[in-house]
Amino acid sequence: MMKTSARLIYFSSASNNTHRFVEKLGQPAGTTARLPLRTKDETLQATEPFVLVLPTYGAAGGRGSVPKQVIKFLNVESNRNLLRGVIGAGNTNFHDSYCIAGDIVAAKCGVPHLYRFELMGTDEDVSTVHEGLEEFWTQQSSR
Amino acid sequence: MTTSPEATHSSSLLDHVEAINWNRLEDEKDGEVWDRLTGNFWLPEKIPLSNDIQSWNTLTAEEKTLTMRVFTGLTLLDTIQGTVGAVALIPHALTQHEEAVYTNIAFMESVHAKSYSSIFSTLCSTKEIDDAFRWSKENANLQRKAQIVMDYYHGADGLKKRVASTILESFLFYSGFYLPMHWSAHAKLTNTADVIRLIIRDEAVHGYYIGYKYQRALENETEERRQELKDYTYDLLMELYENEVQYTADLYDGVGMTEDVKKFLHYNANKALMNLGYEPMFPKEVTDVNPAILSALSPNADENHDFFSGSGSSYVIGKAVETEDEDWDF
Repeated sequence: MMKTSARLIYFSSASNNTHRFVEKLGQPAGTTARLPLRTKDETLQATEPFVLVLPTYGAAGGRGSVPKQVIKFLNVESNRNLLRGVIGAGNTNFHDSYCIAGDIVAAKCGVPHLYRFELMGTDEDVSTVHEGLEEFWTQQSSR
Repeated sequence: MTTSPEATHSSSLLDHVEAINWNRLEDEKDGEVWDRLTGNFWLPEKIPLSNDIQSWNTLTAEEKTLTMRVFTGLTLLDTIQGTVGAVALIPHALTQHEEAVYTNIAFMESVHAKSYSSIFSTLCSTKEIDDAFRWSKENANLQRKAQIVMDYYHGADGLKKRVASTILESFLFYSGFYLPMHWSAHAKLTNTADVIRLIIRDEAVHGYYIGYKYQRALENETEERRQELKDYTYDLLMELYENEVQYTADLYDGVGMTEDVKKFLHYNANKALMNLGYEPMFPKEVTDVNPAILSALSPNADENHDFFSGSGSSYVIGKAVETEDEDWDF
């Protein structure tokens, strides 16, 4: 497995919506890492505590909402142990399934679902997450 | 007008056809979206609309007329998208699987159009229904929005068709969708709102997919042409927006909701742009949708779900969510 010390690890499908959001956050090079697009590709191994950003595509009733590539990544126990929080991407059009993949991962791993945004995120989402993450990591390191 | 060098695998519907092989996908998004759309399939007959009769009778005459006009307007858009819009995209498809997805979209739009008739026949008299349809034929702003989109659907530019189609799916419906969300927030016509939510969910997948295919097709274009299309997108959105503001006033001025509906329009216009890969244009000061409407749309969209904004004191770590996926190892 390819090792990464990124503090922000994300999955984005070929639509690149989540990828664009992460780019807009303007994090320093090497502090973000994208999970492989194809499930059969080898997943990443985190070496530092990180926040996971993942999209939901609006499955009915939440079944199959978490992208397979994210499941493969979280099936690695050391990755789960380093997960500190989740940020969900989605679309409010999906009613109670809005960002449900983030809810599922947060519940299964016992970490907070820190924020939800739609599609590639607005400027306001970008600045809220930018500042929120800075604060979050400060709190985490003082623990 | 610039002619498009857009790569298409067939130039018209009547050309040579090859058997579609779903075991050899050129774009995995086609399979993913097909599965999502077929998994979301629904019919209005499954929703107990007659449970709304009592609630319907609590509306004033003006509110009833407004509701019926809104639904005939939505019926018109679904009719266009089902019989013209989605079908017009087929000759421009980048893959055979994309063509197949458009046939699904076209059919579902016809289901949407028919579901409004189910609502009408459950709640209203034949005369009321005829009056509402007459209004939709005579309202200049509704007809104008239909005409603007239809002109692009009949044009030759596949990329512009995709833009018009995405804007229809992700923006033009929302002056109408506002009202059933408003009634739902006031515990009225809740079964009707359930039907509309199913439509809203479908339109999100449609707008996402057509917008995604637009972006894929853009990859084959020159920088100059990309700029032309970006300018065209913002111009078309503004043209439709200005018309939409007047249409909204025609409908909602009488009940004093126009300003609130406009915020919902701005919010959705931004999402239409994002579906096309462009930055949102309306600032947060004008996209602050009424929280009751947002919560009728999605119960998870309110501030209580934002850990970063300080409402974290009452914040609970994820509720247990059912998941049946066998792939998890833990």
